[in-house]
Order: sequence, then C-alpha cells, then structure tokens
Amino acid sequence: MSPDPKLLRRLLRAKDRMDAASHEDWPVRRLAEVCAVSPPHFARAFKQAFGLPPHRYLLTRRIERAAALLRETDQSVCDIAFQTGWSSLGTFGRVFREITGTHPVQLRRDARAAMAAPGLVPECVLGAAHRPDLSIAVSEKRRRRAGGTTSATEPEEVA
Amino acid sequence: MDRVGVMEGVGVVGLYVRDQDEALSFYVDKLGFRVHTDVSNGGYRWLTVQHPRQPWFQLGLFLPGPPIHDAATAQAAQALVAKGAMPPLVLSVADCRAAHARLQAAGVEFTQEPIDRYGTVDAGFRDPSGNGWKMIQPRSAREDAPGKMSNPDEGAKAENRQGGA
Repeated sequence: MSPDPKLLRRLLRAKDRMDAASHEDWPVRRLAEVCAVSPPHFARAFKQAFGLPPHRYLLTRRIERAAALLRETDQSVCDIAFQTGWSSLGTFGRVFREITGTHPVQLRRDARAAMAAPGLVPECVLGAAHRPDLSIAVSEKRRRRAGGTTSATEPEEVA
Repeated sequence: MDRVGVMEGVGVVGLYVRDQDEALSFYVDKLGFRVHTDVSNGGYRWLTVQHPRQPWFQLGLFLPGPPIHDAATAQAAQALVAKGAMPPLVLSVADCRAAHARLQAAGVEFTQEPIDRYGTVDAGFRDPSGNGWKMIQPRSAREDAPGKMSNPDEGAKAENRQGGA
C-alpha cells in the first residue's frame, strides 16, 4: 500500500526544511507542524516515506555538511561541529566516526590528498551522493562495532 | 542549425506532475513560461510549455496514468515526484536574487534562499507536485550579451568547486 501523494508532498516539506537548516533543532512537533500532521502520525509517516526516522535523517545532513566543511574549508573541527548544530564536541566526534567510519581530521586529510578534479556535478547532487548511508541506527552501528574484531583502537580525540 | 534551419537537439523533456492545470498555472503564471502545446485525446493530455528564451525546447508537464501506465505504476510515479525523488532540474537566470524576490512574491515554494558561491548565486524551489529546481545565476551571466541564454554548465562547474555545503 502506498501513501497518498498529497501527504508525501507535505512530508517532503519537512525534509526540505531540515535540508535548509540542518543546524537548527527539529523536534518532531516542529516538523509535524511544517507538514500539518499530528506528531505521532508524522514520525511514522516520515519513516515510511523516506526510509529512516526524521531524527536520523537530520544526523545524516549534519554529518554531510560537516564533512563538506572539513573538505572545503580550513575551519577548526570545533567551529564546524558547533556550526553544524552539535552542542557537544564529544558527541559530534563520536557520531561522526560512527557514521563515516573515520575521524573528522582524517577525513580532511584524505579529502585533501584525493583532490583530483571531481568533474562537472552540481553541488546539490554531489552533496546527496556524499550523504552518509544511515540505514541502521547509530546505536545499532555502535553495538555491531563493539561485537566486531578489529576497530577497538580508534583515536578518541576530536580536534 | 542545419541547412534548412531546423535546430537539432533535445526537443522535449517531460516532468511528471500531479495535476496538469495546477502545473500549467505554476509554470506559466508564476515562472513565466509559455504554453507550447496543449492537446487532449480522450483522457490523455499532451501539455508542453517553454521558456520564452528557448523557443526550440519544450518542457512537458505529464500526468502519469492511462493509457501509458496502469494504476499502480501511476501511483508509484506520483509518490516519487511527491517525495522529491525525481532528477534535478536547473533553471539558469541572469539575476538569481531578483528572480527569487519575484517568484517568492508570486508564491513559489523556495527550499533554499539565494546563496553566493564563488561568483555564482543559486537558490532552490519546488513546483506544486514536488519537482525540485535549482535556480542558478552563472558566473558568466553578467558578461553575457543581453538576451543571450545563460550557460547552465558554468553554474554546474561553479557549484562543483564549492563541493557541498
């Protein structure tokens, strides 16, 4: 059964708003208001429409922006964390590693090293292509990692 | 152009829309496109519009449904459009901020305010169905002769230099 396109179009508005201002706080109540549905209905419908809960979508956007700023600017990791909506540097570093599998500083180093001509792809498309794939919950990723064998010695510092 | 004056190239690219009257009103009344063809055959309506500066190119505004699609396929296509999952579209403009002000006043739903990126300016909006447009003022726009079509490729290059934000 597929949901009503009119409802999907309204849910898209919530996604667009998060895209436009991923550094802001987006509690379910605020998002539900954007698309004129009740908060409990919103969270379920969003997940059904876009394949992941709204909060997790917001995380991917924040990490995507942070990764872009790491690649494209010389701002400190700390500045980038606060600019992309994180209130704790420690949380940013942890979630960043959990989602991308790499350390923010390492991502910057790798990106600079691989600075080949990227071709003629519009920024918005490139951004979507670089979006981290968050198909499982961050906590689940953490659990699986803990159960794994090799990655127990990652550096803990963020900056 | 070839020897008989026919422009060779892409002539029509179509969008799926949820309602052709609504789409027509959006693209013509708000964006300033013109109707090129609007003909119906039974329940099927072939509707194309064009940018006033691009007389050789038509943008089709098509409704998924019979006789091309069965009900489930049409519904799936509608869902993709409504979820913003259709491919990106780029509208080149000479002055992005002015176009943004004009279109916003006309009630166009913007998803991104104009942003300066290395000499280009871009904004984002959606049509009522959910098709997403980037509106780009290319770096070369000011150097172009008046009336000359902007080159979307320049905008893409400039965007790409930014990488992602």
